[in-house]
Amino acid sequence: MLPLSIYFHWPFCASKCPYCDFNVHVNDAVDIARWRAAYLSALRHYARGYVGRKVTSIFFGGGTPSLMPPDLAADIIAEVRTLWPVDDDVEITLEANPTSSERQKFAAFKQAGINRLSLGVQALNDADLSFLGRAHDAGQALAAIETAKSVFDRFSFDLIYARPDQSLKAWEEELKRAAELAAGHLSLYQLTVERNTPFYLKHARGEFYLPEDGMAADFYMLTQDILGAAGLPAYEVSNHAAPGHESRHNLVYWHYGDYLGIGPGAHGRITSHNKVRYATRDHYAPEKWLQWVEERGAGAHEMEVLSDWDQGAEGLMMGLRLYQGINIAPFRQFIDLKAIDRLASEGWLCYDEGHLKLTPDGMLRLNMILPYLIKDETDA
Amino acid sequence: MKNKPETKPLEHIRNFSIIAHIDHGKSTLADRLIQSCGGLEEREMSEQVLDNTDIERERGITIKAQTVRLAYKAKDGIEYQLNLMDTPGHVDFTYEVSRSLASCEGSLLVVDATQGVEAQTLANVYQALDNNHEIVTVVNKIDLPSSDIENAKQQVEDVIGLDASEAVPCSGKTGIGIDNLLEAIVTKLPPPHKGDSDAPTKALLVDSWYDSYLGVVILVRVIDGYLKKGQKIKFMRAGATREIDRVGMFTPKKVMLDALGPGEMGFITASIKEISETRVGDTITDDKYPCDTPLDGFKPSVPMVFCSFYPVDQSDFEKLRDSLGKVQLNDASLHFEMESSQALGLGFRCGFLGLLHMEIIQERLEREFDLDLIPTAPSVVYKINMTNGEQIELYNPVDMPDVVKIKSIEEPWIKATIMVPDEYLGGLLQLCQDRRGVQENLTYAGDRAMLVYRLPLNEVVFDFYDRLKSISKGYASFDYELDGYGENDLVKLDIRVNDEPVDALAMIVHRSVAEGRGRQLCERLKELIPRQMFKIAIQAAIGGKIIARENVSAMRKDVTAKCYGGDVSRKKKLLEKQKKGKAKMRQYGNVDIPQSAFIAALKMGDN
Ligand SMILES: Nc1nc2c(ncn2[C@@H]2O[C@H](COP(=O)(O)OP(=O)(O)OP(=O)(O)O)[C@@H](O)[C@H]2O)c(=O)[nH]1
Ligand SMILES: C[S@@+](CC[C@H](N)C(=O)[O-])C[C@H]1O[C@@H](n2cnc3c(N)ncnc32)[C@H](O)[C@@H]1O
Ligand code: SF4
Ligand SMILES: [Mg+2]
Repeated sequence: MLPLSIYFHWPFCASKCPYCDFNVHVNDAVDIARWRAAYLSALRHYARGYVGRKVTSIFFGGGTPSLMPPDLAADIIAEVRTLWPVDDDVEITLEANPTSSERQKFAAFKQAGINRLSLGVQALNDADLSFLGRAHDAGQALAAIETAKSVFDRFSFDLIYARPDQSLKAWEEELKRAAELAAGHLSLYQLTVERNTPFYLKHARGEFYLPEDGMAADFYMLTQDILGAAGLPAYEVSNHAAPGHESRHNLVYWHYGDYLGIGPGAHGRITSHNKVRYATRDHYAPEKWLQWVEERGAGAHEMEVLSDWDQGAEGLMMGLRLYQGINIAPFRQFIDLKAIDRLASEGWLCYDEGHLKLTPDGMLRLNMILPYLIKDETDA
Repeated sequence: MKNKPETKPLEHIRNFSIIAHIDHGKSTLADRLIQSCGGLEEREMSEQVLDNTDIERERGITIKAQTVRLAYKAKDGIEYQLNLMDTPGHVDFTYEVSRSLASCEGSLLVVDATQGVEAQTLANVYQALDNNHEIVTVVNKIDLPSSDIENAKQQVEDVIGLDASEAVPCSGKTGIGIDNLLEAIVTKLPPPHKGDSDAPTKALLVDSWYDSYLGVVILVRVIDGYLKKGQKIKFMRAGATREIDRVGMFTPKKVMLDALGPGEMGFITASIKEISETRVGDTITDDKYPCDTPLDGFKPSVPMVFCSFYPVDQSDFEKLRDSLGKVQLNDASLHFEMESSQALGLGFRCGFLGLLHMEIIQERLEREFDLDLIPTAPSVVYKINMTNGEQIELYNPVDMPDVVKIKSIEEPWIKATIMVPDEYLGGLLQLCQDRRGVQENLTYAGDRAMLVYRLPLNEVVFDFYDRLKSISKGYASFDYELDGYGENDLVKLDIRVNDEPVDALAMIVHRSVAEGRGRQLCERLKELIPRQMFKIAIQAAIGGKIIARENVSAMRKDVTAKCYGGDVSRKKKLLEKQKKGKAKMRQYGNVDIPQSAFIAALKMGDN
């Protein structure tokens, strides 16, 4: 029986960062009891359909789930344990922001069953943190890192780089410090200007500039070099880990395994007992999601059957993000094999005995490579 | 023939065309004549009622000649039948004018009293004289404060050489002078020259078009005999036989009649499905009692300008074929043939009378048939003399044979007549010179110069008319006619993307401008082609030799940094969008070029 992972989306933050386009709301008066009931009821709903599957990872994401009361996390984890068999080695991650009030809750979260923390540090200097509109400063970030390291065995933090006006040199230094502070895992995202964010407007108005693609490529390559040398090689486009410290939950996404998505706007991919693969997406608006769950038990308002091509394309899109690459056997009919030769000759991928993997140069071009490599639905 | 139908005696018929330079007021004058004769009631009138298509009404120009029959009770107490033909003024539609002129005996030459004689005034009046027309000169728009009747008359005498002493001043707008004009029509213009009511039926097929109620409608001018309902007729050149099911006239409303007699004009229908069966200029006769010799007919219209239309959405190809067919139903001067282009897919090579005609056809296709089209650069027909003595007509630059097999290339020339106020003469001479023109004549009429130039048609089809208007602040007028072919140092300019020629952008140009054009196109394409995974090389080449090059550098990074919470759907949407985008692109040696880049490059024309 296929293993199962579960993602919970907590859609609230203390304030909204100007670059962020996640499903996030600022709400000081969250009705915890209602949310608790909803999460538990959604879980029970799924448990009926997918009995007996072993849960290998749980992820509390957001938003800022570290704003949740720790006992809510505890209740949810406990409910998972009553509904499904849970792997001895289960990974349970919580995303946290490094403000002082949240730092004080780390131990309670550990108590609740969380065994991995992912901290949104974003930058290690005050000027950039303030540009990014973060609620914390560098001092709070360092304190949170220290606390997290002492409380949790497995811990990671996020940085956003290729910021406006950032120099390669400055990033190199910041990155080296990050490597020293890290405990086996780092997520490093190049700043992306997303639609429907305040940054989008500012950028369109020319109030700041992002590095153009050549410079962005240099940033990426520099990152690979430095963290490779520091023993934290990339295992995915933006994720670095010492061997064995990879995020098991995120690997499920990239291996295109089964996961339930619970909470407003959460996505799931799930295989039914009769081998049909579904995509689920919960209702986006928090209030609607709650009502939906209260009325029908689960928040999924769409359950789409994934065609063979959908699965092939999605599997490739996710799998090729991993540096270890993929075995193409299940994907052969969706791949344009001529394209492989052409891309290999550019030095963007390696293909050997049915195994396909991108080089760092290829990773940089992944969005352009995918449509080139993946056959059209009509030709596959 | 046993029982002769009652029709007008020849002496009481006047058939005439209204001719003038563009916008001198022909259609407005026709309005007043129709109104005075009671063809339409006040409430049925609109401005330029005869310009009845949307495009004519919007642009305020006549495209299609229209014939109307009026009943005019003259001062001598007789009711005359007037068959009036309103013609277009724009040079592209000269062919329409020539057909009208060949169908009647007189012309009203309209001259705008504020403008005087212009290039098309001349061109059209000479055509009328060639057809042995009697001419009544009308000095129009005399209601305008800036009108100068005497000056207009003087110009008619000086520039054209016509006696203007009896010119009729009038205003199509206010109606002053219309009574005098009607009298002049019956007293000065001749009745039909011959017309034998006892002879076998002989009628000229003047025009035909498709009418959604009546089917194919045929406009005729009867010479001898009659056309009657139920009669079996024969199209002498086409060889087909039909039975007339309706006979009628336009007043301009459709009015059914029993018959058309000698000298009369009107329409017939004969259950004809396709206008291709009806050739303008053909002679219609009685099937059982045919006449001996057909009429001379008309010279066929020759398309001067060619371009291709491709549907933006390739799935519209069949719809485009269908729509071109429908447009051709009432515009026989449109020619088209299927072709395929690597850059743009399947489309049609089309021939037009001129640039305005091309524009109008495109507009009709887009509006009436809701098509989104990519027109390629307009071109002319070249004659290629091969080393083996063969001569090829080249309709599309893409088909140009290998240069080593070519002995010489000839291009079509035109003879242009330009009328221009003295102060702008310098600018126009320069323009003609720049366009490889050869001056033939320069004369003056008052403060206006009349310039005759020979020019390569190729240099005129792009933007010559716009340039002429802008240099002369709108005061110069222009007319042209084809004037044979001439050899020239012409080359094919190819644009290549990653070493593959882009057929839609191929053009034939004079060697002296080839390099400049090539460089310009490369630069523009560089701006228009988005950067992508591979480097893109854009080159311009003349017969294999690269004369200009540009590169679009490769994009070094494009990857979604975060892929959060297992949101694969969003990534797949991106992929699907990219895939959709790809469908609108053309592949050049592993590079996808969006069609929109070609469209934009083509739109820019030459400047
Ligand atoms: N003031 C004034 N304006 C006139 C008169 N006759 C025509 N116009 C205006 O001149 C313009 C052109 O008139 P049309 O009747 O369309 O000219 P046309 O010769 O039929 O034009 P084409 O068919 O395009 O060659 C219109 O704006 C008319 O309103 C007139 O007697 N007086
Ligand atoms: C759901 S968010 C983080 C959760 C937590 N609320 C936080 O902000 O620390 C996951 C990570 O995505 C990254 N991220 C969010 N928006 C981004 C953007 N526009 N560009 C680059 N990285 C972004 C940040 O590093 C962030 O920590
Ligand atoms: S970046 Fe994190 S804290 Fe900021 S709005 Fe987004 S989810 Fe909330
Ligand atoms: Mg008109």
